[in-house]
Amino acid sequence: MTDENTSPQPEGALPEGFERQRMDVDIACVGFGPAMGGFLHTLSKGLMNEDGTPVVESKAMPGMPPQVICYERADDIGFGVSGVVTKGRGIRASFPDLDLMQIPLATEVAHEEVLYLLDPIGASRKPLALRLADKALKALGLTKDHAYALPYTPNFLRKEPGILLSMGQFNQWAGGQIMGQGVAQIWPGTPVAEPIMFDQVVAGVRLQDQGVDKRGNPEAGFMPGMDIRCQLTVVGDGPVGNVGRKLDEKLGLPLGNHAREWAVGMKMVVDLPEGCQLKEGTVLHTLGFPEPEIFGFLYVYPGNVASLGIFVPSWYDSPVRTGYRYLQHWMQHPAIWKHIKGGRMRSWGAKSLQESGRKGEPHLVGDGFARIGEGSGTTNVLTGSGFDEAWTSGVLLGVSVLELMKADKPFTRENLEQSYVRRRRDSWLEREAKAAEKARDGFQVGVVPGLIGMALTGLSEGKLFWPGASKKPHERIPSIESFFQGRITADEIAAIRRECTAKGLPLHGALMDRAGWPAINFDGQLLVSHQDALLMGGKVQAPPGYRDHVTFKNQNVCRTCDEKVCIEACSGQAIATNPEGGAPLFDREKCVHCGACIWNCSKPAPNGGESANVDFQAGAGGLHSAEN
Amino acid sequence: MKGLQIVVLGSIVPDPLQTLEPIAGPTGPALKNELMLPAVLDPWAGHALYEAASLAKKVEGKVYLVALGPKAKLQQVMMNVAQKVPFEIVVLDGPAGGFADATETAKALAGAVEKIPGLDKSKLLVFGGWQSASRGTGAVLQMVGEMLGITDQFQGVDELVLAEDGSFTVLERIEGGCYQKSACQGAPALLGWATGNLPEPPNNPQVGMQNMRLIMPALAKATPSPLKGEGLRYASVEVPSQRRDTRIVKDAPVDDIARELADWIRA
Repeated sequence: MTDENTSPQPEGALPEGFERQRMDVDIACVGFGPAMGGFLHTLSKGLMNEDGTPVVESKAMPGMPPQVICYERADDIGFGVSGVVTKGRGIRASFPDLDLMQIPLATEVAHEEVLYLLDPIGASRKPLALRLADKALKALGLTKDHAYALPYTPNFLRKEPGILLSMGQFNQWAGGQIMGQGVAQIWPGTPVAEPIMFDQVVAGVRLQDQGVDKRGNPEAGFMPGMDIRCQLTVVGDGPVGNVGRKLDEKLGLPLGNHAREWAVGMKMVVDLPEGCQLKEGTVLHTLGFPEPEIFGFLYVYPGNVASLGIFVPSWYDSPVRTGYRYLQHWMQHPAIWKHIKGGRMRSWGAKSLQESGRKGEPHLVGDGFARIGEGSGTTNVLTGSGFDEAWTSGVLLGVSVLELMKADKPFTRENLEQSYVRRRRDSWLEREAKAAEKARDGFQVGVVPGLIGMALTGLSEGKLFWPGASKKPHERIPSIESFFQGRITADEIAAIRRECTAKGLPLHGALMDRAGWPAINFDGQLLVSHQDALLMGGKVQAPPGYRDHVTFKNQNVCRTCDEKVCIEACSGQAIATNPEGGAPLFDREKCVHCGACIWNCSKPAPNGGESANVDFQAGAGGLHSAEN
Repeated sequence: MKGLQIVVLGSIVPDPLQTLEPIAGPTGPALKNELMLPAVLDPWAGHALYEAASLAKKVEGKVYLVALGPKAKLQQVMMNVAQKVPFEIVVLDGPAGGFADATETAKALAGAVEKIPGLDKSKLLVFGGWQSASRGTGAVLQMVGEMLGITDQFQGVDELVLAEDGSFTVLERIEGGCYQKSACQGAPALLGWATGNLPEPPNNPQVGMQNMRLIMPALAKATPSPLKGEGLRYASVEVPSQRRDTRIVKDAPVDDIARELADWIRA
């Protein structure tokens, strides 16, 4: 499939005396998450005979079992960040005798509730329809602790019977199972720089250079990123993964598809206070507060521990959409605070979620590659479910790859279409994703049409929806002045901008204060400064010897940018105002690799297309908490 | 001297920055949620391992890592460590929480070293961390040496220079920021490393693949080493106290900040 005599994309010039090494394997996988877990587990199970001999021989190393390698950017396969509630259909199919006791923090869903949160502060930007609804609920005496509990959980949201999991702990458990099967090797702490492509054929991946300065220039201990050549590259590096996004840039998305809808999930794991009334297995979904576009969740793990957090979506058209402070206001809502007050933060983190679902599906396969998981459009945007779907996509690919290997068929686009894509189209994954495809279109128009649209789609099983045309993320973001029009004058905003820039601070704190949000009274336990959350909760670290993975494509554009949404939305305060003007400053030691900067930029990329002016590569380090 | 056998003793400790909280477990003191905490190779043992690999490369020697710890956690940590330098592992499946009895730990480790196939004590260097992020007594390594009959022992080592005839000189850290330079006729010897002089090697996928072919089988046939701790009694257990006060002070002059820091350090 590959022409060995031609070069892939231009080779970065290497210093004299250095040579880029190459290693050949059969299958190279990028990113370890639920999708890759499903793939590697299925593949490992099917590649070995009962007597321990391999079903097929390696083509890369004849005489050996197939060489299957998985590279994960984070420093450990458990350093993900998410509480998960899932129906667990795919997991249970893979592990029929699944014993949740074997997975720390896992339990069965026992009780599920949806809370509509009223605004006890008066600073939220609720539209008139929701303000009227709030008044009506209060007048009718239907609220308690400024919240209205829906009398039932709609079927499309309901996960019961289901499983509560910690993503980090599950990944560790699944990774242990896979490594124990002895077929695949999983290597964390190894960011992949790019796919190796010959025209449209993927021939492997190139790892990031090590021993370089922040600009990527060689330093002591320089080691050029190795080329890993293979017959099949499995891309499961998630929505902000470097390899997946580079493939999208090169190949585009199928006609009519786009991956424009995003959200940042900002989350915590909390030791609940003694005497907390919440029972293990409880699931709370919230909507309505701190802003109507922001959704929240609280899952109760075993041992009086909870995973909680909020989702700030791209259709919340605020140029100062700061997840951390909104999380703190959400936690202090009376309906939540009554449960968690007196508790203690155990871990914290953030992650970007691809919310386009089936509409964001890229080319699932091509010559030499296949895509699985969230980055392949598996998330169900109606049910808000992604974990089980991602796992299942990996399983489907695993079965297909086994079929092709046993039949000695090459991993061409055609063969992968006939095996993996066909299986995916025939699966419940596709059926449910199609039904959910337009569920959130209404949010393009407004939050009320969005909520109505979701309900319509859910209740009609996909037949009805509220229409709304999507925009590129950078096209959605208004200026700060127009967003706060009628609330904060342009002169005041200009003064706040001058003051914050001089101090090297983001604007969101001052703007939220001015918009009526109360200051956060830190208690050192649950309510801590953003920087303390990084250290105490995220345990964020970055190994030396890697380049900055966040850069700005055209620095002149940043110089004249008034919004600098990248700074306001940065989950780790890793992107900061440059007091000397110009492009923002980036501190990779604070980055949690959530990827929010990819879609929180109001300026288009210099070369046009879907992307904005921020460049986000794969980098090492980030969260060092495995409890999320 | 060709063919040195370098045995590194090292195990896992919780990843730095994790919140550690001692609790009373069913079998004695333990750390809260210890199995959930991410782990790393004890940084002191890490220095010893990198120095061992560097030395082995020069003398065509071989490196063994003898690790006593929970098998599942060791497997996880090996996913990172195995990419750094070539080594073979010997796994003892037991506790690594820092609450195990030092003598019992040393016995288990010495026994595992003795059982390494083809072990030649005349070519043996035992490396380990001078200190440990979980066992700071420095006692285990010394006891292992005694049990193996190794009398030439050095602690706080930052440098080892090997001569052609197998003799070597060692720089050991001593009081006052000084070094003591010692000469040794050769193996067998035991060296407890301080930080050494080598940076952490980059991840090398080829090294990882080669190592893992031996690591997974070694993990599969790990020797159970439960360490009973009979007769051991803990009067009290605590982690070093941490103090964190979050305070936001706006527009503080640099001199004031410096003064406050100096006062805090003096106090």
